[in-house]
Amino acid sequence: MNSSSNTSLYRFHSRLDRFFPRLRALVVLALIGASVSGCGYNTIPTLEEQAKAKWADVQNQYQRRADLIPNLVATVQGYAKQEKDVLTSVIEARAKATSVKIDASQLTDPEKVKQFQEAQAQLSGALGRLLAVSENYPDLKSNQNFLALQSQLEGTENRIAVARRDYIDAVRAYNLSLKTFPTLLWAATLFRGNQPMAEFTASESAQTPPQVKF
Amino acid sequence: MTPLAEALRAGELSWSWAEKPAAAGVRVAGALLAVFASVILALAYTFPPLTGRVVDEANVIPPAVASRITEKLADLESNSGIQLVVATVKSLEGDEIEPYANALFRAWGLGEKQKNNGVLLLVAPNEHKVRIEVGYGLEGTLTDALSKIIISNAIAPRFKAGDFGGGVERGVDDIITVLTTDSSEWQKRPDLRVVSKDSAFDDLGPWIALALFVLIFFLLTPPRERGNLLSFLLGMLMSSGRGGYGRRGRWDDEGWGGGGSGSGGFFGGGGSSGGGGASGSW
Repeated sequence: MNSSSNTSLYRFHSRLDRFFPRLRALVVLALIGASVSGCGYNTIPTLEEQAKAKWADVQNQYQRRADLIPNLVATVQGYAKQEKDVLTSVIEARAKATSVKIDASQLTDPEKVKQFQEAQAQLSGALGRLLAVSENYPDLKSNQNFLALQSQLEGTENRIAVARRDYIDAVRAYNLSLKTFPTLLWAATLFRGNQPMAEFTASESAQTPPQVKF
Repeated sequence: MTPLAEALRAGELSWSWAEKPAAAGVRVAGALLAVFASVILALAYTFPPLTGRVVDEANVIPPAVASRITEKLADLESNSGIQLVVATVKSLEGDEIEPYANALFRAWGLGEKQKNNGVLLLVAPNEHKVRIEVGYGLEGTLTDALSKIIISNAIAPRFKAGDFGGGVERGVDDIITVLTTDSSEWQKRPDLRVVSKDSAFDDLGPWIALALFVLIFFLLTPPRERGNLLSFLLGMLMSSGRGGYGRRGRWDDEGWGGGGSGSGGFFGGGGSSGGGGASGSW
């Protein structure tokens, strides 16, 4: 009796002994896999979304500037109708700038981003000339509406500068994550389709926003 | 027994190969971090610490005026949650007041994090510049045009006459008027506002998961093999940089270190600004 139960128990134990170490090894591997996958997997998508969100901010601020322009042009026309060429160049530059729109998915295309930048830089230039010309009209300079528009324009230019800085920082972080270890591993395997995003290139006219002197 | 288990038991599979590169990696990462940090600090501004609602680094505001203003600002915050801070700086460190003010606002984190209802009145007496920097959430109320009007009418003329205390006080009064005559600001009365540095609890999730894994792991392995496997796991984690780059080789999170709170007085709520407001000079 005893020997038979002992034998069956022994057989059970030996079977367990065979499977359990394998099971243990499997669990260990699963744990390692899980803990390693917890590190850095989320970084790339998170940084990508942040960069896209910052781009949306940049576009919003540029749009805000474009929205101020019709009112500005109307006010200046009331006092300086003869400055036709400056006024038309502003209107045309605004039309061009609002027509160049960049989808978040097009951010990896440096050509498109450059086009957008150049259109906005042209508008900045035209605006600068318009404001410089307004200096010659003291009645215009003391007009309340014009003063309010000027301060709004200044504020918008500042907001554009801040939004651009934030976007550049976000893009740098994202591009770095695609190139540096350890997220490089994820970029090379699961995120192979992710391209680095284009940064802003500093252009001459964009560096000097329209100056407003009181 | 499987060859793997046998080798583990015999301690022959030396996991120490994983430990050594990890330790070296930690050292290199630490050295790089130190160099990086020193470079960054050299490029960044040196801001005055946020010691209170009136930070008079340039020493131009008389103490009596400063304490009156502090009271008004404290009232404003307790009524509406808006953090309005006055700062005077000795130097803008060679930069324009706009980027400096924005960087200072963000460094101090004025306003509540969710609402971004902070305002900074920055005076740079040596450069003759003044700026009102408005947080994202208040841009609709304290507009650029209104900020410009306040600076041109209330602040700059008094500064020009040398009356910094009067200029700042009048400016603060005007800003409070603009902010509080909009009744929606009064209606926002937060019940409990926890003014703290960035919450560390956002990052707690993965750590809990990891702790659970380690616990399960401990339960499953016999004691003999635990030491080797645990050191291997630690080596893997340290070298792969927990939670992404920039925190390599460090277990502790910045928020957990109880970051320098000072005397426990006035803190920024973590809000940010997008460059709204207006500047002026005299």
